[in-house]
Amino acid sequence: MKYLVKKLATLILTLFLVSVLAFLAFQIIPGDVVTSILGTEATPEQAQQLREELGLNKPPLVRYISWAGNVLKGNFGNSYRYSKNMNQMMPVSELIGDKLPVTLSLAFLSMIFIAVIAIPLGVFWARSKNRVLDVILNVGTQTAMAVPSFFLGVLVTYFFGILLRWFSPGRYVSYEKDFWGFVGYLIFPAISVAIPKIAMTARFLRNSMLTEMHADYVRTAYSKGATERQVAYGHVLRNAMMPVVTFLGMIIAEIVAGSIVVEQVFGLPGIGKLLISSISTRDFPVVEILILYITFVVIVVYFLVDVLYRVIDPRISTK
Amino acid sequence: MKRIAAWLKKQNKYLLVGLIMTGLAVALGLLSLVWTPYSPTAMSSAERFHAPSFRHLFGTDNFGRDIFSRVMQGIGTTVTVSTAIVIISAGAGILVGAVTGYFGGILDEAIMRITDAVNSFPSILLALVVISIMGSGKQNVILSLGIVFAPSYVRIVRSEFIRLRDADYIMRARLMGVSKWRILFVHILPNIFSVFWVSVTIGFNNAILAESGMSYLGVGVQPPDASLGKMLSDAQGYLGRAPWYALAPGLTIVWIVLGFSLLSEGIRRGAISGKREVE
Amino acid sequence: MKKRNFVVSLMALLLIAALGACAGGKSSEDKSSAGDQPTYGGSVVVGVQQDIDSLDPHKAKAAGTKEILFNIFEGLLKTDVNGKLTCAVAKDYSVSEDGLTYTFTLRDGVKFHNGNLVTAEDVKYSLERASGLLDGTALVSSLATLESVTVIDEHTVQVKTGSANLELIYSFTTAIIPKGSGEAEGSDPIGTGPFSYVSYKPQEGLVLKKNADYWQEGLPYLDEVKFKIINSADTALMELKGHSIDLYSYLTDSQAEELKNDYQILAAPSDVVQALFFNNAAAPFDNILVRQAVCYALDKDRANDFVTGGNSRIISSAMLPTLKDYYVDLNDTYGTGANIEKAKELLTQAGYADGLEFTIDVPSNYEAHVQTAEVVAEQLKDAGINAKINLIEWNSWLSDVYADRKYQATVCGITSDMTPSYLLVRFQTDSSKNFINFASKEYDETYQKASASLKMDEKTELYKQAQKILVDDAASAFIQVPPITIAMNKDLGGYQFYPIYVQDMSTVYFKK
Repeated sequence: MKYLVKKLATLILTLFLVSVLAFLAFQIIPGDVVTSILGTEATPEQAQQLREELGLNKPPLVRYISWAGNVLKGNFGNSYRYSKNMNQMMPVSELIGDKLPVTLSLAFLSMIFIAVIAIPLGVFWARSKNRVLDVILNVGTQTAMAVPSFFLGVLVTYFFGILLRWFSPGRYVSYEKDFWGFVGYLIFPAISVAIPKIAMTARFLRNSMLTEMHADYVRTAYSKGATERQVAYGHVLRNAMMPVVTFLGMIIAEIVAGSIVVEQVFGLPGIGKLLISSISTRDFPVVEILILYITFVVIVVYFLVDVLYRVIDPRISTK
Repeated sequence: MKRIAAWLKKQNKYLLVGLIMTGLAVALGLLSLVWTPYSPTAMSSAERFHAPSFRHLFGTDNFGRDIFSRVMQGIGTTVTVSTAIVIISAGAGILVGAVTGYFGGILDEAIMRITDAVNSFPSILLALVVISIMGSGKQNVILSLGIVFAPSYVRIVRSEFIRLRDADYIMRARLMGVSKWRILFVHILPNIFSVFWVSVTIGFNNAILAESGMSYLGVGVQPPDASLGKMLSDAQGYLGRAPWYALAPGLTIVWIVLGFSLLSEGIRRGAISGKREVE
Repeated sequence: MKKRNFVVSLMALLLIAALGACAGGKSSEDKSSAGDQPTYGGSVVVGVQQDIDSLDPHKAKAAGTKEILFNIFEGLLKTDVNGKLTCAVAKDYSVSEDGLTYTFTLRDGVKFHNGNLVTAEDVKYSLERASGLLDGTALVSSLATLESVTVIDEHTVQVKTGSANLELIYSFTTAIIPKGSGEAEGSDPIGTGPFSYVSYKPQEGLVLKKNADYWQEGLPYLDEVKFKIINSADTALMELKGHSIDLYSYLTDSQAEELKNDYQILAAPSDVVQALFFNNAAAPFDNILVRQAVCYALDKDRANDFVTGGNSRIISSAMLPTLKDYYVDLNDTYGTGANIEKAKELLTQAGYADGLEFTIDVPSNYEAHVQTAEVVAEQLKDAGINAKINLIEWNSWLSDVYADRKYQATVCGITSDMTPSYLLVRFQTDSSKNFINFASKEYDETYQKASASLKMDEKTELYKQAQKILVDDAASAFIQVPPITIAMNKDLGGYQFYPIYVQDMSTVYFKK
């Protein structure tokens, strides 16, 4: 219980620090939403008027406090740039809620790929005694992990999109309109996300299994006359999977936080793309909440992973 | 000859291949400082989009510039920038991690929270901030990524220091009245290097990927300095017409990163087999 | 209307719209190639570069938004494909001798998208709202000089302005919206244009459908037009290759080259004046010799060749060659190629015999400007000029370079509209848009005389003089007017280029 309270306090503290950092960042970077909206046509009077409308003329500290107060009350504020209609700007929560399904679906689909491919691969690899195969898999996974996500996106677009024409790059359909078309389009971005993670997970699972195979209980099982197959699937895999599950958890966090580049390459209107465009249009309320959200996801997942570890292996907490 | 062959056979293959790959890349990068086949910035309207040939090993780009020369220069940029990033972030990591790990307490707690915050902060925004304060260019990419990567070293160094601060030999040193700083940097630090080296090679890879990623998004190294990431993003628009333009810098990044991965795998395996021999 | 005769001659002087253009209601459709029989119906996806800043036609500022809203809204007058004014909601108009009173006669039977007929009250409301007569803030700044809008009868509206200005007539292209709609326009825009609003989603796009009651008979052809927002040129290229968009403008030369087998590639001069702008108030460009030296050293032909495949119009001052009456060719002053010797000579005189160094800030999202900067930086080396490129984000550019004027040089483009003053007004010493800090008394006087002049030939002459001052003082190194290059689905026809920044979808059709 004490542990939980401490973790929760840390979570809140980190979120606070991140929000301050983001706020400071916006104080420092040149240009504000007013220059972004008015562009080269701005007269100083117009700019002043707009700043007043948006409350940007108040001192920074006052603005931060009023913003933070609203967030604590559950009011995430409105976007500076996107209007729902002329009388009302788009609420940030609605804007993000609109984009979030795209990023989450991408993460989910990638996870399916990772789970379906990486786990059998890892098991197969751990059990394989073939040295040549071992080297091939080792070098292959190393290579897959060495491809930067943006280059992978380019490669996937080039081979599947332009050479093979298996999908049309950019022909994104909204999930509200055509759910299966949406999923179909997400397959290739998901592949780009998944490839390096598949390699990582397979390596991790293999190492985890190999470690388990040297454990005492495995020797005991062998000595009791269990076949290698029984040992591998009955004992080792089950135990080896535990750290892998937590590892996969971290990958989810990484995908959500790292969606920025892939969404950019494939033109997916998810939160990563929203973050980039909101930074460049200086849409502060959107950026703040997005950063807080991403931070929140990352910290919570890490926290859950940590808890899971303790549940699996009580030794950690007594240490 | 035989000797060399025998020596080679004994060596760890991962280390060897990794060394060759990174060595080749670094050599090309260094060579670019004094010589490239063509000037990396010389334009020629007659030679636009030439496919790879003996004349132009990697072909030419939309301005008729020789891609091989640009890739060479790009490697040079990438390797120097990444080295500097690793030095900054690892240096900061050692200093902060050692102090907080050894002394603990409120300072430790505060610094860990800050590293958490920096860690979970979108690196692009951070980069934008640093670049807008200092202006863009190589130095600022180095600085901003140095800051971004420091927390991961802090974590590693800190946990090692926590592990070792209660070790018997440290206790003894403390009893003998050795000063705190001496314990920190003379007694503990050398003992964490094996763990540290692996994270440095991994850090190298992360630095290379991040630098090219930032350049890809347009906030990194500035033209006319060639950067692999920037080349790749420039080339993306010509994927159908001149695929080599994108493939050359892209595959080069893969080559360098893979080289460092194999190198770190080699070091790790070497360390393990080394230990066994001692045992 | 007793002043009618004079009005006709005044209009003729203006060289914009012969009143005759108002008479016919039909558009002059030009079917370029035979066998392209238009059909009705169909849906088209148009890729656009920027998100929309407002759906309210009076509040929209961004050129990228106006380009789309052109399909939803119309003013009393409308710009045609030649850049001349034709009548839209009005069927006729006249201007008093002193240039202070404008009288518009409304066209019969023009309907808003909500089905209501456009009345004189709607026109009065729209003009009062746009000019600030309603609540004090002029949403359309060029209309700020209006003093009153009066409904004479249900078909006639009279507008009075405080100061005579020959260019004011262009401002009556301001959108006519239903009386009292006001803020509602932002969420449910209602106009009289060929297409009506269906839906908008931030970052994704805008959907329009055919206005079946459109006053121009036979238009539009398409049932539906979707504008899809595509932020990066690379993504746009991908989408074109995947055939997920039917029409996309502002292609680079190389992109066009890559698409030419799958698409119709059409090109026309744009409304952008691209230049290497100097900060006239900062070293080294506060020295006229340095500015002139760079102008001489600049190889405009090379920039044109590399960046736009030789399809640009080389210019030397701030005027579009398409504004034929006002444009004067000054390319001889510094030449279009590089004059290295002359440049070196001037640099030596200016005290830069050992070479000149400066930084060019370029907005990174404009590929054409970035490429031009790269070519220029490389080519200036020959004259011993070392130009460093600094790519900055568009918003930082707006704030640091444009608003705060903290820079040495920048490559960017300034857009024009159909009025000659639009490009020239910004170079007055005190103009808030004078981001190059150009300061010339002679220029200010010439410009002010030109804009106040009510005689067309005098006005034209003065504007030409103003252009010449910009060149002689080497205010900046003007480079070129790049072409607009569009890729269009091969099944489509009827696309028309305008001298201004619009995408008119009303004449586009699927070929039989």
